[in-house]
Amino acid sequence: MAHEAEHHHKETFITKYIFSQDHKMIAKQYLITGLIMGFIGIAMSLLFRMQLAWPGEASPVFKALLGKWAPDGVMDADIYLALVTIHGTIMVFFVLTAGLSGTFSNLLIPLQIGARDMASGFLNMVSYWLFFISCAIMLVSLFAEAGPAAAGWTVYPPLSALPQAQPGSGLGMTLWLVSMAIFIASSLLGSLNYIVTVLNLRTKGMTMTRLPLTIWAFFVTAIIGVVSFPVLLSAALLLLMDRSFGTSFFLSDIFIQGEVLHYQGGSPVLYEHLFWFLGHPEVYIVLLPALGITSEVMSTNARKPIFGYRAMIASIIGIAFLSTIVWGHHMFISGMNPFLGSVFTFTTLLIAIPSAVKAFNYITTLWKGNLQLNPGMLFSIGLVSTFITGGLTGIILGDSTLDINVHDTYFVVAHFHLVMGISALYGLFAGVYHWFPKMFQGRMMNKNLGYIHFWITAVASYGVFFPMHFVGMAGVPRRYYQNTAFPMFDELTDVQVLMTVFALIAAAAQLVFVYNFIYSIFYGKKGSQNPWKSNTLEWTTPLEHIHGNWPGAIPEVHRWSYDYSKTYEDGSYIIEGQDFVPQHIPMQPNEEELNH
Amino acid sequence: MTTPLILAVLILVAIAVWQLAKIFELSQLSTGKKSDATIADDDDNKYNGYLLFAFLVFIYGITIFSFSKYGKMVLPMPASEHGVDYDRLMWISFAIIFVVQTITQFLLHYFGYKYRGAKGKKALFYADNDKLELIWTIIPVITLAALILYGLYSWTNIMDINDEGDPLVVELYAQQFNWTARYGGEDNVLGDASTRLIDIDKANILGIDESDPNAVDDIIVKELHLPVGRKVNFYMRSQDVLHSAYMPHFRAQMNCVPGMVTQFSFTPTVTTEEMRLQPEIIDKVKRTNKIRAERSAAGEENSDPWQFDYVLLCNKICGKSHYNMQMKIIVESEEDFQKWLDSQKTFGETVIAVP
Repeated sequence: MAHEAEHHHKETFITKYIFSQDHKMIAKQYLITGLIMGFIGIAMSLLFRMQLAWPGEASPVFKALLGKWAPDGVMDADIYLALVTIHGTIMVFFVLTAGLSGTFSNLLIPLQIGARDMASGFLNMVSYWLFFISCAIMLVSLFAEAGPAAAGWTVYPPLSALPQAQPGSGLGMTLWLVSMAIFIASSLLGSLNYIVTVLNLRTKGMTMTRLPLTIWAFFVTAIIGVVSFPVLLSAALLLLMDRSFGTSFFLSDIFIQGEVLHYQGGSPVLYEHLFWFLGHPEVYIVLLPALGITSEVMSTNARKPIFGYRAMIASIIGIAFLSTIVWGHHMFISGMNPFLGSVFTFTTLLIAIPSAVKAFNYITTLWKGNLQLNPGMLFSIGLVSTFITGGLTGIILGDSTLDINVHDTYFVVAHFHLVMGISALYGLFAGVYHWFPKMFQGRMMNKNLGYIHFWITAVASYGVFFPMHFVGMAGVPRRYYQNTAFPMFDELTDVQVLMTVFALIAAAAQLVFVYNFIYSIFYGKKGSQNPWKSNTLEWTTPLEHIHGNWPGAIPEVHRWSYDYSKTYEDGSYIIEGQDFVPQHIPMQPNEEELNH
Repeated sequence: MTTPLILAVLILVAIAVWQLAKIFELSQLSTGKKSDATIADDDDNKYNGYLLFAFLVFIYGITIFSFSKYGKMVLPMPASEHGVDYDRLMWISFAIIFVVQTITQFLLHYFGYKYRGAKGKKALFYADNDKLELIWTIIPVITLAALILYGLYSWTNIMDINDEGDPLVVELYAQQFNWTARYGGEDNVLGDASTRLIDIDKANILGIDESDPNAVDDIIVKELHLPVGRKVNFYMRSQDVLHSAYMPHFRAQMNCVPGMVTQFSFTPTVTTEEMRLQPEIIDKVKRTNKIRAERSAAGEENSDPWQFDYVLLCNKICGKSHYNMQMKIIVESEEDFQKWLDSQKTFGETVIAVP
């Protein structure tokens, strides 16, 4: 088997770098595509943040980047909505779903469970290329004559269905839906592959309760994806039909631009149900992999086992289950029956329990550790911090009563940016810093640039999103092109400026990361095979990437992945002079298996 | 004006950071330390440990700063009956959040600082503690159960829209990008309506059924007047896309959905005049007018002095002018309200008869 793998080595540039079926290369393809999309998404947010801070002011930046959408350098209201929409779509789906999950599931599942590759390398390749095509279509949609989709990232009909309602609902919206449909196909192929691989290809000894929490997170995420993404696909297809073939799934009784349209009997509320049936699990599709990465990075760098391993698994499963029955909290005031609102309040606040358990377990993992504060570790700690700050306000939004007055205000924007946006981005960064040597043949990123990156980002993202809660509590609705039409919001302009300045600083800090990332790919210092002294199997593979991952036999697993600082009763380490026991090391005589 | 300045500053910051990093790198090379700038050493652990503690101070700092500077701008005095209840639940939730946030952020960052790594230090192998985990499962369960019960109790009360106590019936009608209100008139009953009956030529902009006897005395207006102390039942419609009728002073919001009628109900408790005399509002008006006076001095637009009014905003993205879809709300005494209502023309008077 291993021998065979080596013989496959004669590869052309195309099969190695472009149409690769090797999970490590596909992971890198996902990462780089995701990062590029991420920088486009962040750049868009800077544009509309500038408009919010200095409403209606002309800027050469607008003129240069927006062209006809910024006559005389003043941003147009339609393109403002388009920027908000595409920013949301790109960040949620292309960066934090595909970029995060696609990268690390592909990289780590085979390496950490001890498999030669994914169950189907071909499907994996198809999954990436579908993702690539959907990215390309989304970017092409930016150049649609009447403008890109602009109905908000949730694209609620009728706004998204009727070209008469806004220019973005023409070709731009069609391309958006086509891009999403392809994206969903990509995501499903990827997810199925992950599930099958985790269930079938674990190496000898790798029982489910010895899996690293990263794998548990990716595995459960894939299941949520398979359960919920098809529902979004149906919503997208029905919306396409309403738009293009005159059906009335989501439309009824519409009078627009002087004429009555033929639609009868549909309901936008139905679309909202379908959308959020994915939309809410999506939050966890984004977040769980980040939490999985954090578990692994934090434990390794704390030189301690993750606290409450089984409770962590239980809470991942609990969150996954509950995530599919809470979607209605996005619709408390949509006009659905208020009793349904009560039910969703109940399930939503329940989900706070496993989330709280996770947060407490992370904190306890740090307790009495020997914390190696590498950049990846700092991003993990930062993740827990923003996860708590952002998560707590969920108690307000999940409560149907309290939601009445803060629904669709900046309070919501602040909440989800902290709890899923920033947290998941931190997870992505933690993963990149930690597994960079695994992705790039042992080269390591510069830690000092990493520290600069982390600290500026950490301060600036609180600077953007903490004051934003207050803007929302003052009643400022989201997706307003400017707040000048309401004198009661005048005194909040200062806050807008503050947030925008912090946003610009945060974005500038990402340039440090880009530099570090690109520089390190080519000139990063080569580290050792196991630079972080980690227990998981990926660090037993050679620095040079080979097909099949291990040159010889796949190592057998004898323990869980968290035997850090484990000692005998007399206080001496299991392996003398080393505070970790990798998973492939057999149980020592007199050693007790402490697999909690 | 400000944009190029900000950009210049940013570029300079970026260059400075870059240079700083370079110097950092070089200095480490020249001192010949064993560190190769890839893995944290004791110094890194020390400095980043301190920084984690400093970051805790920063989080507390930004919290205090935000509350002291922006605290007065949030949740203006409630002007509806359930609004008082709403605010109480909000502040209870906030108090709980505040306590949890303060404690957990402290533990997280303090541990990060306290247990920063050092050569020769030994971490504690501590994998599990069922009792601890049980405690921090049970505490959130109890807290959340209490919040859920309180929340559901309020929710059921607020969303129970019934005809008890002779409520005033008002229709809120949304279209891109303005609001219209319709009163039931003399009989306090709204005539049937459908977008299919809209006839602009006959000035029947809401699609009211002319053959419905209840419709004749309906009153259609562009300014929402409400009598103080009387329950108002709102029936909301939209003719084109989703909108949301958001009345933050009354802690009220409901989406307007084409194809269906949605409902909300509240009792206004403070008239516009009374509200203008509230110290909180006087302060706010003063602060706002100071900003507007500065704007006026700079020769900018949108700088007329402001007088407080309740307002209805659109809070569901609805297109280009979403940001300016509003209607003034005036809460007044029952007599003033009746006087105003009587002075309005009815649908029967305004609709143009079929030629």
